[in-house]
Amino acid sequence: MSKALMEHAEASEVFNRDEPYVNWHDETLWFVRQKRDKSSKQLPEWEQLRETASSIKHYVLSHMDELLISFEQKARENGVHVHWAADAAEHNEIVLGLLKQHKIDKMVKSKSMLTEECHMNDFLSKNGIEVIDTDLGERIVQLRNEPPSHIVLPAIHLKKKDIGDLFHEHLGTEAGATDPQYLTEAARQHLRDKFLTRRAALTGVNFAIAETGGFVVSTNEGNADMGAHLADIHIACMGFEKIIPKQEHLGVFLRLLARSATGQPITTYSSHFKKPREGQEMHIVIVDNGRSTQLGRADFRSSLKCIRCGACMNTCPVYRRSGGHSYHNAVAGPIGSILAPNLDMTKNADLPFASTLCGSCSNVCPVKIDIHDQLYKWRQVLAKEGYVPKSKEIGIRAMSTVLSQPRFYQWSGRLGRTVMRAMPFMVNNGMNPWYKQRDMPEPPKESFRDWYVRNRKE
Amino acid sequence: MSSRDNILKQIRQNKPSETQLPSVERFDSLFENTEEKFREMLAAIYTEVIVVKDTDELAQKAQELYGSVVNRATTIPALSNWADFSLNVSDPHELETIEIAILSAEFGVAENGAVWISDQYLPHRVLPFITQNLAFVIPRSAIVNNMHEAYVRLQETTGWGCFIAGPSKTADIEQSLVIGAHGARSMVIFLLESE
Repeated sequence: MSKALMEHAEASEVFNRDEPYVNWHDETLWFVRQKRDKSSKQLPEWEQLRETASSIKHYVLSHMDELLISFEQKARENGVHVHWAADAAEHNEIVLGLLKQHKIDKMVKSKSMLTEECHMNDFLSKNGIEVIDTDLGERIVQLRNEPPSHIVLPAIHLKKKDIGDLFHEHLGTEAGATDPQYLTEAARQHLRDKFLTRRAALTGVNFAIAETGGFVVSTNEGNADMGAHLADIHIACMGFEKIIPKQEHLGVFLRLLARSATGQPITTYSSHFKKPREGQEMHIVIVDNGRSTQLGRADFRSSLKCIRCGACMNTCPVYRRSGGHSYHNAVAGPIGSILAPNLDMTKNADLPFASTLCGSCSNVCPVKIDIHDQLYKWRQVLAKEGYVPKSKEIGIRAMSTVLSQPRFYQWSGRLGRTVMRAMPFMVNNGMNPWYKQRDMPEPPKESFRDWYVRNRKE
Repeated sequence: MSSRDNILKQIRQNKPSETQLPSVERFDSLFENTEEKFREMLAAIYTEVIVVKDTDELAQKAQELYGSVVNRATTIPALSNWADFSLNVSDPHELETIEIAILSAEFGVAENGAVWISDQYLPHRVLPFITQNLAFVIPRSAIVNNMHEAYVRLQETTGWGCFIAGPSKTADIEQSLVIGAHGARSMVIFLLESE
């Protein structure tokens, strides 16, 4: 595959042109992070819950084949059709085939990051199928012909004025109207009509239970249920890592998921599907698309524990100031940056570098994925395999020359400080990437080494 | 080889060495007053809790709150006189005009204000979502502390069930909370003391 249209650093630069907007974006996501903190502190057993969730997921990774086979068998006994897709293309063909078989050309869809990963909407629309995203945030970005910028908050990058203008154009709301209540009501009416007239509904899967063959879909809006319970055919698509061993494990995961995502103790709806309703057809598509390869990468396999809460994005200082779209991947932010290189190293080589390695992502992760360590490790892999851009390589080589020779290091430090003091324009210019969106600090008069040597003498 | 067999084969080759499930998978939430916690959580999600001593009082409250509304549906026999919309339809799309549904549900969860409803209590799965306003009736004694306890109760489940916590909501427009996204616009929970 080709390289991304714009690399993360480049796209972030564009995002940072409007400073008040970036500040707003940053603060909005930080607010969500704070809600997560408050909510998690209500549970004294929070850390044990994270540990338990992580161990259950580790068990899942090490028993993946057995659990999937058990899930398939139980689901079939429950009257559900189970399909397997090796990659995105096969997944998309399966969905298209089911719709064609039922002569359906219009479908409603609730949130499924997997179908984003597979670029399913594009594929279906090229094949004459209209897909309506029914999550409000997803509908908003769909009307703008954009991908979601956040896995939980798809339209978090937009101001209400943008949405007001969009709805005025597409849904006929009053020009200039920006009241969220009014705009949401307009979307409710618009989408209710879709729910009532579509014969097929596609949903994602939050958890699939090996023991029962059932699966759980969580939403706040109720859109997954509105779609699925009215449609003749319900298609649920899942990456195979969504499996959990037993139903009682939902107690652990549902306690963590919403608290980590938005700070709510639970989402409004946690819908447990097991059997189709009378007269309905239910299908599950189990997708690999690189996951089995990731499972074989010892350093990176625990990324498959992810329950898609988005906490790592809300806390990430880079995500908050660069926006989801700068990651050019269905899943953005820290978790997206450790998942994406597995899918395509050429296209996503920039993403593990879109981090300060501060570790905040790992600290909030409800299933304790060592995200920042994996970001660091991906950098090693990408450099070794030749995916790191030349400019970065030259810089790293220069740095290694300086850092490996103490005298040269001392001399260059002194030179740097002198230059910054005497000729600040040498660093305060557009050629210096550290000068972007910030001023250079005042250079210290002496280095720590000089200070240390001087003070030891006294 | 089919995709299924290929995927499973690759998983077998690549999976890590076996680990066991953790020994403790449940935690206790010992609230001083379980019902109080339940109310507190529901208040935070815009849901009123009303205690009724029997079905007569329930009918009276239902009349007070929703008497003036047209298209009232219920699954509770004691409210059949109150309802003016029959759930005896074959196509769930016909439920579209329901304004208020008062439904019997199984139990509530104190830690998050969720109520468990399932096929067992419903003629149509879409009912609690398609109705404009929603009320659940659960026995006053049927409130568990947390989700671990909830799943102990859910050993045997029917074809579909759902935890519902408050009315439908969204914050997708600039993180401003709006109640009534696609599902119910309002929610009331009746705690019934006796049958």
